[in-house]
Amino acid sequence: MKAWNTWERVLLALLMLLLVVFGSTQTGFMSVDTLADSTFNFSEKGLLALAIALLIVCGEIDLSIAAILALCSLAMGYTMRAGLGPWAIGLAALATGVVAGAVNGVLVTRYKLPSIVVTIGTLSLYRGLALVALGDQSISGYPEVFSTLGNAYLGEVIGVKWLVVPIEFVLLCVAAVGVGLVLHRTTLGRRIYAIGANPVAARFSGIEADRYRFALFVFAGLMAAVAAILLTGRIGSTRPNIAMGWELDAITMVILGGVAIEGGRGSIVGTMLAVLLLGLFTFGMGMANVTGIVMSMVIGVLLIVSMVLPKMLKNRGAHA
Amino acid sequence: MKSLLHIRREWLLLAIIAVIALAVGARAPVFLTLRNGMDIANDSAILAILVMGQMVVLLTRGIDLSVASNLALTGMVCALIGKAFPGVSIVVLIALAVAVGALLGSINGWLITGFNLPPIVVTLGTLSAYRGAIFVASKGAWISDQDIHDSIKGLPREVWLGLPALVWFAIVVLVASSVFLKLRKEGREIYALGGNPHAATYVGIPMQRRLRLVYTLSGALAGLAGLLWVGRYSIAYTELAAGFELTVVAACVIGGVSIGGGVGTVLGAGLGVLFIGVVNGALPVIQVSPFWQQAISGAVILISVAVNARSERRAGRQILERQGAAA
Repeated sequence: MKAWNTWERVLLALLMLLLVVFGSTQTGFMSVDTLADSTFNFSEKGLLALAIALLIVCGEIDLSIAAILALCSLAMGYTMRAGLGPWAIGLAALATGVVAGAVNGVLVTRYKLPSIVVTIGTLSLYRGLALVALGDQSISGYPEVFSTLGNAYLGEVIGVKWLVVPIEFVLLCVAAVGVGLVLHRTTLGRRIYAIGANPVAARFSGIEADRYRFALFVFAGLMAAVAAILLTGRIGSTRPNIAMGWELDAITMVILGGVAIEGGRGSIVGTMLAVLLLGLFTFGMGMANVTGIVMSMVIGVLLIVSMVLPKMLKNRGAHA
Repeated sequence: MKSLLHIRREWLLLAIIAVIALAVGARAPVFLTLRNGMDIANDSAILAILVMGQMVVLLTRGIDLSVASNLALTGMVCALIGKAFPGVSIVVLIALAVAVGALLGSINGWLITGFNLPPIVVTLGTLSAYRGAIFVASKGAWISDQDIHDSIKGLPREVWLGLPALVWFAIVVLVASSVFLKLRKEGREIYALGGNPHAATYVGIPMQRRLRLVYTLSGALAGLAGLLWVGRYSIAYTELAAGFELTVVAACVIGGVSIGGGVGTVLGAGLGVLFIGVVNGALPVIQVSPFWQQAISGAVILISVAVNARSERRAGRQILERQGAAA
């Protein structure tokens, strides 16, 4: 599977178009500071999207990923209340993510259950536990370091004034490069494609399919934990409804990025382009005073158009 | 234990519901009164209507995630029409709700069959698209109690032959679904094409037409549910019933409808609805925080699919077409 395909080029062209349109209509959109700040509203979602991209390529899905994020944020809150330091708080989040992901993984691999049902169940379960624990309360007052992680720019921290890239976005890029290299440049990645394209053939050719599936669910939990640390730090509090509905946003990014929902096809380059495209799009619309719900409508339509258009073009090509 | 699993799962589920009801009743006798039973039936009626539509879709190996948005959009349209034309009768409103819902559902069906797209992605897209359309239609305003048409509000409060109107609607939908799935040719064909799409095509079942039919049906029922929902709670707003699609799928799964298609009965799905209704009704009675509701239904989904997978040797095929996972 090539990382650069026709679809990635289309996305890149759309991204350019978007920059041109918003840049010429919205004053101040094309400044470095604005673009840097715009990354805040999609960096955490991007992390979720990377994990979901791997799962979907492998023929699975995780609808519970945003609920895991909520649980991780909750774990951070309780660790802080217990009087532990930033390291322990971070570790608590990561451990919670790994455990929650592993539960998904065990249910899917050990009990041979379809991942969509399992993760609808764990979505309710995890989000429900967060609700039970917190009710209508919230936890705030996190150590300074988390706020820095979520809000600060790389330049401020390492002392290079002109480098106005948010730390969150740097982490997203590092994660994207890492995931991209693994998926497109290693045997492991090839095997993920193989499992997604034909699980039976993959199993017969000696790939421990279930071990990969399990690992990917744990990875999704881990990414949710990282996103939880960043998001909790950025907004400075934990609420039971934190990141509600983000699983659908992340899946939309992945699908728009050209990853086939039935598995076995797609690339990380496409996913990241779609993350940028949707992120900048919502940011630009926000600058133009468009309400969030209208944006989500436009994104829904975009999602459908992005699938219909290639098929229509292909059909026309076949008839001609 | 093994023989227990061979009992038809519907009876097992019914027994579990009965045990929960009796256990709660032992602590709080008020739970077992007829009045409380009526309340639970009334609360479950809308869910039951939606579940029938969802089940028919699941039988074909599809899924309809847009039902809650469809419900809210249709509810809003009815509320707006009711507000604009005070003279409109309830029959017209019901017909309108079903028609709008069916139209929205048929858009799903058309996209899925016309372009050969996966249902989960299409309905994920229409989930946000329909939700946004509510905002556009209402300009973001709430339509509250005093602006809702009297006959919309009045409908759920009617009592016919001792049963609330909502329960009658649910009964009619359940019976009609039962007849449709058991006795009608189209109904049997839906099971066939969910059980084995290839074989179904070979025996000449018009797959595309049947798929369009199930999504239209699911939409029509969601539309009806939208009118009833707006009437029952006397309010229409953009976020109405947001996230309810997962409850609907949950009720189907608890009721033994397989996400892999071809397996599921009206009785089972109805019991799945009843289960959720009883649990939701029981929590406040035994003074457990209502916040537990979501966690419990999640746990129940997981347990029931795990039990399902164990009792049926045939593993559920999933929407994402992962075949022969046991190989």
